[in-house]
This record gives sequence, C-alpha cells and structure tokens, in this order.
Amino acid sequence: MTETSTNSPETTPAPPGPLREFWSYFRENRGAVVGMYIFAAFFIVALIAPLLAPYTPHEQFRDHLLQPPFWQEGGSTKFLLGTDPLGRDMLSRLLFGARFSFFIGVIVVSIASFFGVIIGVIAGFAPKWADTLIMRLMDIILSFPSLLLALVLVAILGPSLINAMIAIALVLQPHFVRLTRAAVLSERTKDYVTAGRVAGAGRLRTMFVTVLPNCLAPIIVQAALSFSSAILDAAALGFLGMGAQPPTPEWGTMLAESREFILRAWWVVTMPGLCILIAVLAINLMGDGLRDALDPKLKRS
Amino acid sequence: MSLLEIKNLTVEFRTANGPFRAVDSVDMTVEAGDLRAIVGESGSGKSVSMLAMMGLLPWTANITADKMEFDGQDLLKMSARDRRKIIGKDVSMIFQEPMSSLNPCYTVGRQIKEVLRQHTPLTRSERQARAVELMDQVGIPDPAKRLSAFPHQLSGGMSQRVMIAMALACKPKLLIADEPTTALDVTIQAQILDLLIDLQKTEGMALILITHDMGVVAETVDRVSVQYAGQRVEEQEVNALFTDPHHPYTAALLAALPERATGKHLPTIAGVVPGQFDRPKGCLFSPRCAFADDLCHSTQPGKASADLGEALCHHPLKNGQPVSEEPA
Amino acid sequence: MLSFLLRRLLTFVPTFIGVTVVSFVFIRLLPGDPILLLAGERGVGEERYAELIKQFGFDQPIWRQYIDYLGGVLQGDLGTSFVTKKPVVTEFFALFPATVELSLCAIIVAVVLGIPAGVIAAVNRGKFFDQALMTTALVGYSMPIFWWALLLIIVFSSGLGWTPVSGRISFMYFFDNVTGFMLIDSLLSGQKGAFLSAVRHLILPTIVLATIPLAIIARQTRSAMLEVLGEDYVRTARAKGLSPLRVNGQHALRNAMIPVITVIGLSVGTLMAGAILTETIFSWPGIGKWMVDSIFRRDYQVVQGGLLMIASIIMIVNLTVDVLYGWINPKIRKG
Repeated sequence: MTETSTNSPETTPAPPGPLREFWSYFRENRGAVVGMYIFAAFFIVALIAPLLAPYTPHEQFRDHLLQPPFWQEGGSTKFLLGTDPLGRDMLSRLLFGARFSFFIGVIVVSIASFFGVIIGVIAGFAPKWADTLIMRLMDIILSFPSLLLALVLVAILGPSLINAMIAIALVLQPHFVRLTRAAVLSERTKDYVTAGRVAGAGRLRTMFVTVLPNCLAPIIVQAALSFSSAILDAAALGFLGMGAQPPTPEWGTMLAESREFILRAWWVVTMPGLCILIAVLAINLMGDGLRDALDPKLKRS
Repeated sequence: MSLLEIKNLTVEFRTANGPFRAVDSVDMTVEAGDLRAIVGESGSGKSVSMLAMMGLLPWTANITADKMEFDGQDLLKMSARDRRKIIGKDVSMIFQEPMSSLNPCYTVGRQIKEVLRQHTPLTRSERQARAVELMDQVGIPDPAKRLSAFPHQLSGGMSQRVMIAMALACKPKLLIADEPTTALDVTIQAQILDLLIDLQKTEGMALILITHDMGVVAETVDRVSVQYAGQRVEEQEVNALFTDPHHPYTAALLAALPERATGKHLPTIAGVVPGQFDRPKGCLFSPRCAFADDLCHSTQPGKASADLGEALCHHPLKNGQPVSEEPA
Repeated sequence: MLSFLLRRLLTFVPTFIGVTVVSFVFIRLLPGDPILLLAGERGVGEERYAELIKQFGFDQPIWRQYIDYLGGVLQGDLGTSFVTKKPVVTEFFALFPATVELSLCAIIVAVVLGIPAGVIAAVNRGKFFDQALMTTALVGYSMPIFWWALLLIIVFSSGLGWTPVSGRISFMYFFDNVTGFMLIDSLLSGQKGAFLSAVRHLILPTIVLATIPLAIIARQTRSAMLEVLGEDYVRTARAKGLSPLRVNGQHALRNAMIPVITVIGLSVGTLMAGAILTETIFSWPGIGKWMVDSIFRRDYQVVQGGLLMIASIIMIVNLTVDVLYGWINPKIRKG
C-alpha cells in the first residue's frame, strides 16, 4: 500500500501521503472497516489460539460425547460450544481452526502471487511469441474448474493440507498473471518508463523497480480476494476428504467428520461453517474496500 | 405569458463534504422564438440550471425556486410523469459530447424514432418517413441509409446532427443547446452553429445556446446572460453587452477576447472561480475584480436596474467606469 | 463478425490441444507404475500386465503415445473405465443431462433474480434496499456452499420435511429415460406426481448451486449499471422524456449487459466447481459426483476423460459467450 511513496520525491507543500489518502478512502466504506476489524481479530485468534483455547484441540472427553452448547438443555459451561462426536471441545477446535485457515490463506496467496506476479511481469515485457505462449498456458489452466483441478492435483500428490495448498495456489496463480500483465502493458508505454530507460535503467530494473510498483493496486485487491478463495477451496477440499486429514482441526475437515451427526447435533455442523463464512465474508468486505480505495477509476473526485 | 420563466432558482448538490451550491438565485425569462445565450466559465452552473429545469439532475441535487414555469405549466408542482410529457417534446436539449450522447447499442434511426413513438401518435411508416425528413433537414446525406448506422460509425459532426434531428423530432418550442460545438473540430463548429440558427428561424422555436465562447455569442444570438460561480451577473442585448458591459466580470471576459486585445499581451482574469470551500463573504467576483472595495468584500450585492443589465454588482460599469448607483 | 469468429476459433485450437496435453500428462504424472495404478488395488497378473502395457501403448515412445491419445480423443475415444468397463464417453453422456439440468436451473435462477436485483440496487443506489441487497449478495458470495447445503437440509428436509435429501426423483416412479432431463421425462411419462417429485428433488440443489453465481451476477449487474447510468446517452434518453423503465431497462441495461454476459459465461466454470460439491452432498447422479467418486475409486481413466470433457465444455461455452458478446456489442459486430 505504500507503493507510490518509494518513487515520489519529497515535495513541498506535501499533499496527503498515499497511505493517508488510501486510509481516508478506505474508512468511508463502513463494511470494509468492520471487515478489517474482524480480520484483525481472526489474525489475533490464530496467533494466540493456545492461550485462548480452554483445552487442546485433540483432548477427548469420553464422558461428554456430543454435548450441546452451554445455553442448551444438557450443556455446561465446561464446554461453551459443546463437544464433537469424539468428545473434543468445539471451542478449542474452532480456535485452532483459525490458525489453519489463516496459515492456508497466507501460504497460498504468497505462492500464487509471487509466481503469478513474476510470470505476469515477464509476459508483459516479453516478445510477442513468449507472451502468447504464457497466456495460452494460463488459459489452459483456467479452462478447468478450479476445484476440480485442485482435486485432481491432490489426487496425484496425495491428500494432505500441504498438497491441497500447493494445488490451490497453482489454480489461483493464473489470475495474478493476467492482472499483472494487463497492468504492466498499460504502464510500460507511459512516459516515466521511457524516461527511466533514457536515464539508463536496465531491463530488470525497468521491470521490477520502475513499472511493478505502479501495478500493485489491482494485485493487492486480487491478493485479498484470493485469500478468501483459498480458505473456501481448502475447506471444500477438506470437506471432500482431500485436504487436511482428521484429526486436524481444520474447519472444512471438521464439517466432513461430523456430517453424519447433522440431524442429532446441529452445533457440530453449524459452528465450523459459520466460522468459514465469517472469515471469508470479513476478507471479502475488506477486499471490496481495498478495491474502492485503490482503484482510481472508481474514486470520486 | 413567457415561454419559460424561472425565478430565484437555486441548485445544491449533496457531497461528502457538505452541500455544494452550483446555481445561486438565478432568474431567466425566455419568450417564444427567442434566440439567446448563457455564457460563463466551466463550473459557472450554466448547464446545471437548464438540466434542473429539464429534471435531468442526479438525485444528489436539491432544487429550489420561487417560480419555474414552461408555457404556462408549473414545473415545480408537476409530477415526474407529467414532466416527461413535456421534455423531449416541447423542450429538448442537445449536449456537449455528441459521440457519447448517442446510445452505442442502438441504430441512429431507432433512437430518433423512439422520440416520435413516445410523444406522437404517428404509425410505424410515418415515423420512418419523419425520421428520413429530419435527417435530411439537419443536412445528413443519404438519410434513409444512414438511419441504420450505429453511432460509432459516425463522425462527431454527424453525431451532433443526429442529436439535433432527435431534438427537433417533435417540433419543440424550446431547444437548449449545451455547448453543442465544444467537442467538435473547428471547421465543423461553424457548420453546426449555422445549422442551429437556421433551424431556429425556420422552425420558429426559442433557442438557448449555452457556451463559454464569447466569440460564438457575438455572431449568433440576440440576448446574452452571463453567469459566474452559479450566479447570473448580467443580462443584456448582445450588441449592448459588447459595447457597454455593466458587470466587471463581463468587461474582463470581453477584454480577454483575442479579437479585442489591444496590447502585446492578451489580458487575463487573475485568480480562479471560487470553489466549494473558498466562497468569499461578499461579492463572489470581488477577489478577482479590479474595482472591488471594502463594500464588495463584505456585502453581497443586489441587482442593478434594468438599464444597467441587472448587473449583480455594487458598482456597475457604465462606459467602462464604475457608477456609484446603489442597486435597486 | 466473421473474422472475429475466426480469430476466436484460432485461439481455441491451441488451448484445446493444451488441455489434451494436460489430461494426457496427468496419468503419467501419477507416482508409481501407471498400469498398477490403473488396475487399482486388485492388481493384475503378469500376462494381463503385458497385455495392458500394449493396450495402453506404454511400450511406445511418449510422443507416439500422445499422438495416439489425441487421435483417439478426436474420434471420441476417451478410454474405458476400469471399474465399470464401459467407455468413458458413454458414461459421461449418460450422466451429463443430470448435471446440465441442475446447472441450467441454477443459472436461470441466478440470472432471473440477479439481474433485476442488481438493476434495482443500482437505481436506488445508497438507499436501504441497495445496502440490504449488496450485503446479502456479499454473504452469498462468501458462502461455503457445502455448509450452506447442509444447513438447508437441516431446515427444509429434516426440520420441515418439505424436500427430499438426495437423488433426482422418488423411487416410487420409474419411467424411460427419453431426454435425460428428469423434469421433461417425468412429464412425458404421464405418471401422477412424478413431475412434482422431480421438482421437489431439484429445489435444494438448485438453490445451493445458484447461490454464488446469483451473488456474482447481482453484484456485477449493479456495478455495470452504476457505470452506465452516469453515461451521456442515458441522460439523452431521459431528455427524450422516456419513462424510467425504458431508460433503465432498455438504454442502460442493454449496455450494462455487455460485461454481465461475460460474467455469466465465466460462471459456467464456477457452476462446474459448485456441481462437484452440490452433487456429492445431494447424491445427484451427475458429472460432478462421478468425478469425485472416480477420484476416490482411483478410476484414473475416467478422471482423465472427464477432465478433458469438462474443460472442453467450458471452453465451448466461453467461445459461445464471446460470440454472444460480439452480437450484443455492435462495435465488435460491425468493426
């Protein structure tokens, strides 16, 4: 978000800094601010889950199988959100689940954006044939439904959380390539790039130091949106048994494990899904706000 | 009875930073067959007042007026549905950007005939005939064939001719042309202006030409009102205005015309039009006025008498010199 | 228009070849001996092993194998399922109508509800309806649909008993498979209650599958409308004295539809991904469930063939959307 500060020289009188300007736009969108707070809370929970959770996520209380949440008949404050079919504390598992989802989001987005952006910049600067080749490759990946491709990849690599993350990153990465390339193509013909060239900037410098920082806005927005798709897709893979494996307290996997108890114990199904929904919704709210604040086309004068 | 009578029209836009006053207590009276111009810099509110009259402003606009009547009908009390029976039929408007003012998805013919379908009982074939006639009237060669063209296949000048044809479709009593030539090539500008003036004469309609170009005004219209920062600062017959401007702003505008420049350098008006946050307390033009005194800086002026062009000024000019007549 | 179509076709061919390469490479990427993998856990005798090596052409050089594979694909041969011993293509087309029926219903629901919702929200920008609708749309867009499906089952199937939990029609009814579309076949059968049963089975899966496309279409329609409503030609339309319905519904919407059409086309990929989850949860006998089952059964011939078929269908739909896009946007049509 500070991309423009690196190459704007000190001027007087200083206009509002890019970060402050961004914040004033972002703050206008109430939903985005709420989303940001929820996301911050989500991050903190993920960070200090062991301190918050009353029990470890794997501890089984054999006398308390499928105990309802405390406000319901038969529940107790010992297990605030009840227990699952193996007598594990739901609250503790959900708190630890935040860790996995956050971890998935961070890793997937890092991998996908890192490779996606580099390939995108290269495609934007490459000769026509190489550009076409790269974009055809991306078209090919995009021709498969993302979840199906991820499923098949996991089937090849073997079901595990790490493999699921690799698969999802691979599936999300073409979006970064396309976006970056489009942004690079529109930037590279501008005068400041030519000026940089004239001043003797080398090819790599032009690509990554001159042009790339000015293409970051759409990439940041895409990163936020990819974060939420990564969480959703990972949960879906977990739900299908192709993501994190039991007894990992990953939200999608938890849903799959307790699916057969759906009619007897609503909380084992409702809670993990609600967590996924809230996390994804918060990130999407924030992503919308980011887009409004960063996209100059939508900025009101 | 006047064709159009507007008294004390004010338009404010709600913005994130509070209300912004785009039109400030503007009066206007237009008689049938009048040919007049509204002149002012961009942002002086000259189109906004006309858009307000047509009901074309976005919902953020807050419109108030003491009186707004067209052809004896009260536009203020009228429902939106009733107003739509008048606009496009008795009052029509053409805009600054002909290329983007036509819908890219529909053919030119369809867009012209649409007006006829909305406001006249003509049959399908009659509408076609009328559309051809209109296209011919605005000087489009091969009109029947051009009806099936899409807007992106036309040049800017052609598009503006189509817009004029569309506006004339129901023989309006008043045509408002909002900077009709600004977006066009210089050679086309004169053609379009001549066409508009011609049509005004032959159709016998009133024409309000909104422009920022004093040069255009001099050659074409009968009567001129000058707007500055949302206010009408002066209104006069065109010849009188050019020989003896009463408001210092008008005088400064005229002095800035290249044709009238006498010295080596083209005179300019120092400063800028006040914005939302730097509106002066007194006369809005006082920060840029060569004749301003303490009174001008502290108190808003009223209207001068009619023989002084109703100039909105404490010290209206007469033959280039301020007179100390207190405004009526 | 013709040159536009040709140009689009020209990019279609290399992408299609790329997709065949991906699905060809897929089986060869699996760790371990492909034949043993294909045979699954039952294993094969030595004689059968040699036979299979020859049958699949694994004794040939890799490029030769690919050419043979591509030749087969072009003749409609996608291999044979190891589990059912039926050709993959036959299985695919037997199950395909179920997925099409479900997806069509979902996309119709999404379009029929999403476009008006987006238009109304845009026209009433900033008002309560707009905010409520856009919040709902964002929730829908963020929905983990597998969980959403379970919730709906809890409420409507087990709670209220209104809708069945799985399948396409009640076991009480049995009739010939004419079109493969249960709604049509049940009507054709003339059996009392059959059509109603089919509809009741369809409701929940349709809602689940429509949720995300509906949210996307509503959001996209709204933002496209907002952009278009500020255009000069919309002002011209209003200056003609046209009614709001004509201005918004005709002049503005027609232009706003151009990006929306693209989104609808792209949502076919979303639908296929959604169908995988929806069909699995509702035991809907379509392509999505077939693919998931095959992955778990390690029936890799089916996975390979299915992957290619699904990708091809998505590509064809995208091509169609592009052509439609040209048709709705005169600048491309005539240009």
